[in-house]
Amino acid sequence: MSDPKPRSPDFSVIGQSYTKPDGLRKANGQSRYADDLKLPRMGFCRLLRSTRPHARIADVDTFAAEALPGVYAVITGRDLPIKYGILPVGQDEHALCSEKVRYIGDAVAAVAAVDEETAERAVDLIKVEYRSLPTFMSIEEGLTKAGEPIHDGKYGNAHRAAALEFGDVDEALKRSDHVFEDSYFFQGNTHLPLEQHACLAQWDPSGSLTLWTSTQSPHYVHKELATALQLREDQVRVIAAPVGGGFGGKLELFQHEAAAAKLAMVTGRPIKASLNREEVFYCHRGRHPVLMWVKTGWTADGRVTAMDFKSYVDGGAYMSYGAASLYYTGALQTVCDRIPAYRWQGVRVLTNKPPCGPKRGHGTPQPRFALECHFDAVAERLGIPVVDLRRRNLTEPYSQTVNHLRITSSGLRECVDIVTRESRFEERHGKLPYGKGLGFAVGAYLCGAGLPLYWNEMPHSSVDLRLDRSGVVTVSCGQIDIGQGSDAMLVMVIAEALGAKPEQVKLVTADTDLTPIDLGSYSSRVTFMVGNAAIQAATRLRAVLLAAASEELDVPTEEFVLTQGMLRRRDGRGVELGFDELVKLAEARNGALTATGSYKPPRLGGPFKGSGVGPSPAYSFSASVVEVTVDPESGLVKVDRVWMAHDVGRALNPMLVEGQIEGGIYMGLGEALMEEQEFRGVRGPRTLAVHKSPSMLEYKSPTTFETPVMHSYTVESVDPEGPFGAKEVGQGPLLPVIPAVANAVYDAVGVRIDETPITPEKVLRALDARAEGKPGRYGPTTLPTYAFPRLLVVDPPPGWGRPEVPAR
Amino acid sequence: MMRLPPFTYARPRALAEAVDLLAEHRDEAMVVAGGTDLYPNMKRRQQEPKVVIGLRTVPELRGVGLLQDGWLRIGPLTSLDALANDPLVQQRYPALSHAAGEVSTPHLRIMGTLGGNLCLDTRCNYYDQSYHWRKSIDFCMKKDGDICWVAPSSPRCWAVSSSDCAPVTIALGARIRLVGSGRDRTIPAEALFHDDGIAYLRKEPDEILTDVLLPPVATNGQPALRNTYWKLRRRGSFDFPIVGVAVSLRLDAGVVRDVRIVLGAVGSRPVLATDAAAQLEGQPPDPALLEEVAKLAWREARPLDNTDLNYAWRKRMARVYVLRALRDAVGLAPVEAPSIPTSP
Repeated sequence: MSDPKPRSPDFSVIGQSYTKPDGLRKANGQSRYADDLKLPRMGFCRLLRSTRPHARIADVDTFAAEALPGVYAVITGRDLPIKYGILPVGQDEHALCSEKVRYIGDAVAAVAAVDEETAERAVDLIKVEYRSLPTFMSIEEGLTKAGEPIHDGKYGNAHRAAALEFGDVDEALKRSDHVFEDSYFFQGNTHLPLEQHACLAQWDPSGSLTLWTSTQSPHYVHKELATALQLREDQVRVIAAPVGGGFGGKLELFQHEAAAAKLAMVTGRPIKASLNREEVFYCHRGRHPVLMWVKTGWTADGRVTAMDFKSYVDGGAYMSYGAASLYYTGALQTVCDRIPAYRWQGVRVLTNKPPCGPKRGHGTPQPRFALECHFDAVAERLGIPVVDLRRRNLTEPYSQTVNHLRITSSGLRECVDIVTRESRFEERHGKLPYGKGLGFAVGAYLCGAGLPLYWNEMPHSSVDLRLDRSGVVTVSCGQIDIGQGSDAMLVMVIAEALGAKPEQVKLVTADTDLTPIDLGSYSSRVTFMVGNAAIQAATRLRAVLLAAASEELDVPTEEFVLTQGMLRRRDGRGVELGFDELVKLAEARNGALTATGSYKPPRLGGPFKGSGVGPSPAYSFSASVVEVTVDPESGLVKVDRVWMAHDVGRALNPMLVEGQIEGGIYMGLGEALMEEQEFRGVRGPRTLAVHKSPSMLEYKSPTTFETPVMHSYTVESVDPEGPFGAKEVGQGPLLPVIPAVANAVYDAVGVRIDETPITPEKVLRALDARAEGKPGRYGPTTLPTYAFPRLLVVDPPPGWGRPEVPAR
Repeated sequence: MMRLPPFTYARPRALAEAVDLLAEHRDEAMVVAGGTDLYPNMKRRQQEPKVVIGLRTVPELRGVGLLQDGWLRIGPLTSLDALANDPLVQQRYPALSHAAGEVSTPHLRIMGTLGGNLCLDTRCNYYDQSYHWRKSIDFCMKKDGDICWVAPSSPRCWAVSSSDCAPVTIALGARIRLVGSGRDRTIPAEALFHDDGIAYLRKEPDEILTDVLLPPVATNGQPALRNTYWKLRRRGSFDFPIVGVAVSLRLDAGVVRDVRIVLGAVGSRPVLATDAAAQLEGQPPDPALLEEVAKLAWREARPLDNTDLNYAWRKRMARVYVLRALRDAVGLAPVEAPSIPTSP
């Protein structure tokens, strides 16, 4: 390991595999998820969801539903007329549709009743008269088919587009020794959290609303809910219940939340809304299907000269995070390999399907798949071993990219070394028997987005600390643990920085009335941002404690060691003081002991429109090798082993880091081989437009039987701005898995599957094509007709092209 | 998923009582054993019996035992888990214990029964959906509608027989006993099934499946019946078959005798590939012949676009899996992977 900073020898908590504070509660069933919550007089909400993919609503008749005994209230779009959306540029959603519906599953009306069965019966009694409109089921249809666009807007269904150029790409390509181009398609897939969305809303007649909900961001739900309900933000309180998995699927206001809240206001009763699995598929906000084209220029000795990249993104029926997702399909291409000149053009197309949004890796797994497969193919065309080729192009620590991203710590090279060494990649690649193969890929991800979702200058995270004379350390923070272990992180960081025992640290989290801001569990930001805010608060209080002890005992503060809830003298002389005694002493001298800390990323990003997506205070890096067995008779792919090295900056809790690496591998394998959001198309007289398999039985996701042996390695590059040097691990390790599988399949049977998921049928079709003398490949062959907007030409950052010098 | 609709649950204490209840309520009633198929279907409103007759309390439907003539009688309430772990079944009918052990998940094999698996409702991913989903396509002819979305111009329903045990019982030459009011008949297993996604069982509405009877694997010094079951599905658990192949045969002095090849999950009933079997009967099992036989059997497979994965691929896999099952049954090693072809 080549740490730029020496490893601190004095950690007493950091670096140990503490059990999650909520671990036992979750394992033994004590955690109360949103669906477990009960209040007296509670009613139940069910939604009427559209049975048409694209239609005007001519009439909604709720008369019979309202007359059903046991029904408390029925509401429609008239009751919730205000549009909202997670992005300021995407205020395009209604809690209940009143003018038109845009996909099968869009909510039209909501019922509150004495129980779910009654609510469901009432829903079935609501009559909706639809006037069907032409449907758009694919990128191609969205761009070319005639008919009323899904939303009003200047650009029709091609609702967002961007075109950026850094450096002179055409000139660089012209001067290249070789130019290669390939096309790829990444199929959409969904998060599949085990916990289905649920919420409970309560209206206080004095004029305030409380919503307990399964969410990754109480803050954004708070803001959106106030908008949708036309309440002031100070009237709304959002509490995140324990979350049984999110992966990006619980990051904004959903229709059932707004409907339950409105019904609570209308009926004066607490209202529960719990979605079934099918409805979770309709909420979606998952991986965008993306069609991609990439062209690169190369010198004869295997150095990239330029990259030209196009993304055609299938957005589904609403914006959600789509404008950001679109830019993410073009933002991080430059972070692993040094790209001297770069052009990216992208368009997001509306379709009559559940809206896509952020899923683990948000917009970057698709281009990462394209790039890593493209590089593997280029290496072969150039006759240079792929790992050699990649080593010649890797970005350096403390460097900049042509599109103005600042790279700080980077263990990428070391990650590459570890996985290729441990898997004996370079000796074995290309030499295994037919049917066995090895694939290699790398990846990089953000440690928190540099900017919040709505423009403001305030902190992204704050932490309040209060010390009690019992020795309890109360930590308040808006962050929500969605299973990734952020509660454990917060406890450990506070305990380390303050000098308390982890078990003395108590958390109050994710309650917009009680806890200070945290934007939410997304973009791998929590460890970095909450961790830094926590260290700031704890350091402030630690100074107060040590000063009090110093005065009381007449010992200079630097003579003290305060760790694990015990104050000692460095020289071992004198009395030891327990944490509670230390607090009592300090409280007597200072009064109440509180402190706050907050974190806001430094100003990052270039001077151009669209530069808000991509910058991060640090990047994590990963490298992976995947070993597969492919059955050439069936095309079935079995993953035998995965090696994954991940630069996490510093492993605050090695067990949880390993858990996130393995989780990322598992999810990546599902996307590589099985998972897809498929919709039924034209059948006989109709375009059905239904989700093919909205169930956990038929939407295929791997089981333990499909999960291979996983070797995970942690690289600690110790980031200068990360909390104790830490970076992220929640999303990065997913990225290289998917292309590494595709590259391994090529190594095994010699065909390129340039489209996810790599189903056995596609493998056989590629093998058939090769047997017929055609290219042994399965993937897209044409691009849609679409004129991208005018290129925004941006100068590379100052000093670009000069030899790189460490920025510190 | 919605919750169960209201229904009356009956607990008969004897077979006669169960038959009487079924005769009394006719079309309004259904029987239930493990409930792993019926209850989820009821939650999705695919099946809506007013009366559900629980069979768990009927003693005549339990037990596994050898009969005097060497046949093995398996009570239909025998759980799939018990069947998979029964030493006698494992020894004589490994195809059946394997098939039972491949159904769904451990939990569902403990609840689910052999009788239930044989009578499993046919499956189709235009039908195995919630009420809301089916309403969005205006339903299908199997429930509440009048079109088959798999084949919109077809007058019939193409839902798929998805039982793992049914092809095996047919291959083994099993007989099925059905008892109804004033009726008691025993039929060959293949006669239980009908090539229609809706009326997929040739069982009278008041009949209850009471016995599954497996013939002895050898009589009068015959070589033992060799039997195997190959299941294709996406994952190692949960999934229904998308192709199943059951083969049973004897090897007698170097030639194949009494061969039966049955394909599952490629039509609305298990498909007995008689032409393929006839080609192999009395012949030495040489690899080239097995390939021809597999091709003949493959012609009988008619998978459609209503299960997991692509149907053309499933059709192709029928041939691959028949060949694999045949080679396994005659004791040949699995096919060697072909050597690497030269790239074009």
